[in-house]
Amino acid sequence: MSALTLRGITKTFGTMPVLKGIDMEIESGEFTVLVGPSGCGKSTLLNIIAGLEPPTGGTVEIGGRVVNSVAPKDRNIAMVFQTYALYPSMTVRQNITFSLECRNVPKREREAAVARVAALLQIETLLGRKPSQLSGGQRQRVAMGRALVRDPLLFLFDEPLSNLDAKLRVEMRMEIKQLHQRIRSTNVYVTHDQIEAMTMATRIAVMHQGEVQQFADPDTVYNRPANLFVARFMGAPPMNTLPARIETAAGGVRAVVGKGEAAMTLSLPAACAMQAGREVVLGLRPECIAEEDRWFGHGGERVILELPVEMTEPTGAETIVLARLGGERTLARVSPDVRLQPGDRGRFALDMRRVCLFDPGTGALIA
Amino acid sequence: MLDRTAPDTMPAWGRLLAHVVVWALGLAFLVPFIVVVLNSLRTAQEIAQTSMIGWPESWAFPNYAEAWSQFCVAQNCTGLQPFMWNSAAVTIPATIVSTLLGAVAGYAISLWRFRGDTWIFGLVVLGIFLPQQVRLIPWTFVLRDIGLINTLAGLVLIHTIQGLSFTTLFCRNYYLSIPQDLMKAARIDGAGFFRTFFRIVLPLSPPILIVTVIWQFTHIWNEFLYGVTFTTGSQQPVTAALIGLNAAIADVPQYGVQSAAVVLAALPTLLVYLFGGKYFLRGLTAGAVK
Repeated sequence: MSALTLRGITKTFGTMPVLKGIDMEIESGEFTVLVGPSGCGKSTLLNIIAGLEPPTGGTVEIGGRVVNSVAPKDRNIAMVFQTYALYPSMTVRQNITFSLECRNVPKREREAAVARVAALLQIETLLGRKPSQLSGGQRQRVAMGRALVRDPLLFLFDEPLSNLDAKLRVEMRMEIKQLHQRIRSTNVYVTHDQIEAMTMATRIAVMHQGEVQQFADPDTVYNRPANLFVARFMGAPPMNTLPARIETAAGGVRAVVGKGEAAMTLSLPAACAMQAGREVVLGLRPECIAEEDRWFGHGGERVILELPVEMTEPTGAETIVLARLGGERTLARVSPDVRLQPGDRGRFALDMRRVCLFDPGTGALIA
Repeated sequence: MLDRTAPDTMPAWGRLLAHVVVWALGLAFLVPFIVVVLNSLRTAQEIAQTSMIGWPESWAFPNYAEAWSQFCVAQNCTGLQPFMWNSAAVTIPATIVSTLLGAVAGYAISLWRFRGDTWIFGLVVLGIFLPQQVRLIPWTFVLRDIGLINTLAGLVLIHTIQGLSFTTLFCRNYYLSIPQDLMKAARIDGAGFFRTFFRIVLPLSPPILIVTVIWQFTHIWNEFLYGVTFTTGSQQPVTAALIGLNAAIADVPQYGVQSAAVVLAALPTLLVYLFGGKYFLRGLTAGAVK
């Protein structure tokens, strides 16, 4: 069943278009993440789904029912806010049951609902406390409890982890994902953090300038980004995007990056032959450029190149290397035991199976 | 708030100068009050024989009893007592009603944005800047037409409505610091206008309500112009009744009793300030929920 359908959603503030026609269909049980840089319209879209803001055009359907003129409380949704938005003067218990109280649910049922949610989130011992007596992670849990207590059709998350410190954020990320796997809720989750999107989503909608750039599963978004924006936004460090020219030669298809003496040639998969003769932007993830003796797996093109090293960033688990490929700045991810120094010429293995080609004019993925 | 942990960059002589100035100003404000309090504890003869300024030779506490229940103000020898009750009967309801209405109005303007809300707020606040005298004649018409001239209810009405400008301003500014997310959460939870107000906003309001109550109480209690204009005789609030003292002083100087009357009339606002003053200063600078 389709839990949420958006058709042609537009929003303008004054004369400024914020959303330019969003179409989206979200199935029941999906974990959809809306991700994009700040100002891309993702929070506005979430507010429109919640009914906290009216769209300028288009329709919102929740559970098969058009809800454009339905008040937020009657949309069968729950929302978790970035600031948690816990009612400061109420105890945790009262915070969780407030929505039930507003719906005149009998006290006995409210108690049962609190007990169920508190057990699920392991916050039984906090029920008597005020929000000011809770840590950030505990507040986050209570905010989730408040959403879970009503068992709504749709859960909306508005950057719920961005106020937590880095360690806690990773823990809560896992918990939210586990919770979703357990109760199979339908989640729409807004974040600017592409790692949250990759790790939690069943489907990611990458937004930019009021439009959905790509709406697909994390694997596709990461490996086959629909355009250059998605390629550069997803992944840390981002995908290398190098201007190149596609040529056919005796040995097959190849890309030439750079001009003159610095020019380098990379052999490409046969499927790229259709782009022969074109100027393109060649996209290659940093993890596809590694130390010379890295084994990428069976099949596919493997290219060995000697590249000048400009800088290294050891992270412990791996080392990010900034090198020049055909004169273009290029990032590689090498094993931490490869000790390269700035100024060295390092030998790198390139995994060309996962190369992406983009149209330099439109930015769209072409191969 | 003052940051008391900030490194002190002021030189020693500067600190000394600052202390001298502050103490001098404090004394300048306190001296008249101290003189009145001391005189309220001296007998009329003692004041007449020595001077207006002096330490009581024998503590004349009966001055207060006399001022409270026997002293003659404008030919009424009832003491200040009935006028004090009049003032209380005007000040207490007007303070409570104007504070509550201001809280609701400030809440509506700050947290339930609606078309034209800034204009309405501007008009409400304009009331602060209109001089009292300008409003006298319109109020005369209103009170006459609804039959409340020379009644305490008329004064309650005036002070409630005029107080709304200040109470709305205070509460609206305070409520602006309540995060919008809290309002969104309440909307999704299904709380309406008044449930959100009573369950979420009002419990966060004590700091600003204390400020507003102190402000309204002192202003209404000390108010004088409407009191003398719209009430006469036994209906007057204590500030208006005290004028009678002027006439009395010209006839028979009874400085002791008269000073006691003045202290009595000022006592409620002094007590409110003594008990609520620290909340007042705190509330003026506090944010709502951080």
